[in-house]
Amino acid sequence: MRTLLAVATVVLAILVIWYVAAFGLNRQWTLDQAARAGNTPGFAEVLRDTMAQERPKLPAPHQVGAEFWKLTWVEEVEGRRGIVQSGSFSNRGLIHHALVTFSATMLGFAFGAGFGVLLAVGIVHNRAMDLSVMPWAIASQTIPIVAIAPMIIVVLNSVGISGLIPKAVIAAYLSFFPVVVGMVKGLRSPEAMQLDQLRTWNASGAQGFFKLRLPASMPYFFASLKVGIAASLVGTIVAELPLGGAGLGTRLLAGSYYGQTIQIWATLIAAAILASLMVGAVGMVQRVTLRRMGFTR
Amino acid sequence: MNGMTQWGRAVLWGFGCALVLLLLLALFSPGLRAGLFDWRAATLLAVWGGTWALNAWLSARPARLPRGLVPLIFGLTLLALWELVVRFYQVSPVILPAPSAVAVTFGSSTGLLWADFVQTILKGALAGYAIGGIAALAAAIAIDRSPFLQRGLLPVGNFIAALPIVGIAPILVMWFGFDWQSKAAVVVVMVFFPMLVNCVEGLKATEPMQRDLMATYSATWAQSLVKLRLPAAMPFIFNGLKIASTLALIGAIVAEFFGSPVVGMGFRISTEVGKLRLDMVWAEITVAALAGSAFYGLVALIEKRVTFWHPSQRGRG
Repeated sequence: MRTLLAVATVVLAILVIWYVAAFGLNRQWTLDQAARAGNTPGFAEVLRDTMAQERPKLPAPHQVGAEFWKLTWVEEVEGRRGIVQSGSFSNRGLIHHALVTFSATMLGFAFGAGFGVLLAVGIVHNRAMDLSVMPWAIASQTIPIVAIAPMIIVVLNSVGISGLIPKAVIAAYLSFFPVVVGMVKGLRSPEAMQLDQLRTWNASGAQGFFKLRLPASMPYFFASLKVGIAASLVGTIVAELPLGGAGLGTRLLAGSYYGQTIQIWATLIAAAILASLMVGAVGMVQRVTLRRMGFTR
Repeated sequence: MNGMTQWGRAVLWGFGCALVLLLLLALFSPGLRAGLFDWRAATLLAVWGGTWALNAWLSARPARLPRGLVPLIFGLTLLALWELVVRFYQVSPVILPAPSAVAVTFGSSTGLLWADFVQTILKGALAGYAIGGIAALAAAIAIDRSPFLQRGLLPVGNFIAALPIVGIAPILVMWFGFDWQSKAAVVVVMVFFPMLVNCVEGLKATEPMQRDLMATYSATWAQSLVKLRLPAAMPFIFNGLKIASTLALIGAIVAEFFGSPVVGMGFRISTEVGKLRLDMVWAEITVAALAGSAFYGLVALIEKRVTFWHPSQRGRG
């Protein structure tokens, strides 16, 4: 309860700063317009105008909220192309774009997490792999892959691979690393005492893996899944920048081309909600699994 | 366990991985599918298997090896395989240039690459990294005095750190113009929250016993901050700095996609892709990878110097 209050205070503070910043950043445009029209507005008029510009430098929170509402609920329920009238999500609404981004993210995340777990198992069980792969897995992350994602997309497209897969490749690349690091740490987390215990019981390698190492790695696994899923969403969004069609990244670039600041912010809100839903879903699975496995948290 | 069988198993493992990779590639490319069973694929497998067996043997030996030998061989193998694939299957340079071609381009356009490096890394990324890091540390110290703010800020900070902040790049480019200032601004925003969360965690990392000791010395708040809590926070701060070092490069390069002067790594990558000069793009990627590794390595080196007392740093030479 006290945490809730504290969080609410911080969020309120952010909103206040946001409003003040919106006033400060949009003021110049209002004053310019007024000077061109030849009148000098009072403080109240300037304030009112900065909160309701069509293409503000920084839209006020309520403008972003209204735009978000318009592009989701209103578009779907009342719009001609909305789900109520046409049976499918409107291609102008954010839900459609968020779903496209979501599917690419999940595909990439599944590939990346699976590959990461396999790699981690290899690294833990095979010294040659540990020595040769681990340094390169770390080095691979210092390449700003997100920065060259558009190039990979364009090249894959020219080879004839298009659709979800190129985006998923980027998403997978970004999400495999946290999973590898987390899983290696987790699979190595059983103490020497516990490993010795299994040896005294004459457990085989596979038994040691499934009965001790794998269960012990679960807390690490879920922690790295949370990082990984957020990373793969970033990857997908950036990968969508050069593509036409649908997706939150495409919307961001379109908004920036046409100076539709309110639309950019509404898209960012959609991305934020998507991110928190996905991380929240992983967190829920984590809580249930860990409780059933007997990890007290 | 018998060393020989272990080695044999490691080799089989490596071969299995290579076979799976080839089959996966064959799934995507019909050209490869036809040529899976000829001398070219056999050579690739032989190169892979040979060096992998060497690596497996090297790492199974009980004697101490010069550090970095095994990963070096592995990296060189990957480069050789790449070169061979491009040569054997005559991959168009528009799709994937050979490493040798990239090296030639790299050598012949060092001036251009250096100018891009200065613009993007030295001006954009480093300026933003420094501002964002210092601002986050200051903010962490400021909210550290209020447990109420801490409780509220940590969940919010964690939430924002998980958001796709890159999306804010077009907005900041709109505000700060096309030059490096807007890139630095993007980097500041990207770096700030991971740093803030780590700094706040770090400032909480002291034990009550240690704080009590400072109290019995009647140390002032500033004294206990400088002498106890900041040093104790250093492992966390450096953790944040390491995460932020990769984020800084990404932010600076991605921000250039939304508008930049006619110099800079992101600008060069996007225009050269348009001209289908992929060797130049790969040369830029090499610069980015080298800069990223050097940046990360530098932070790790400083961390080793500053936090030599921490368990994770001890007992490693």
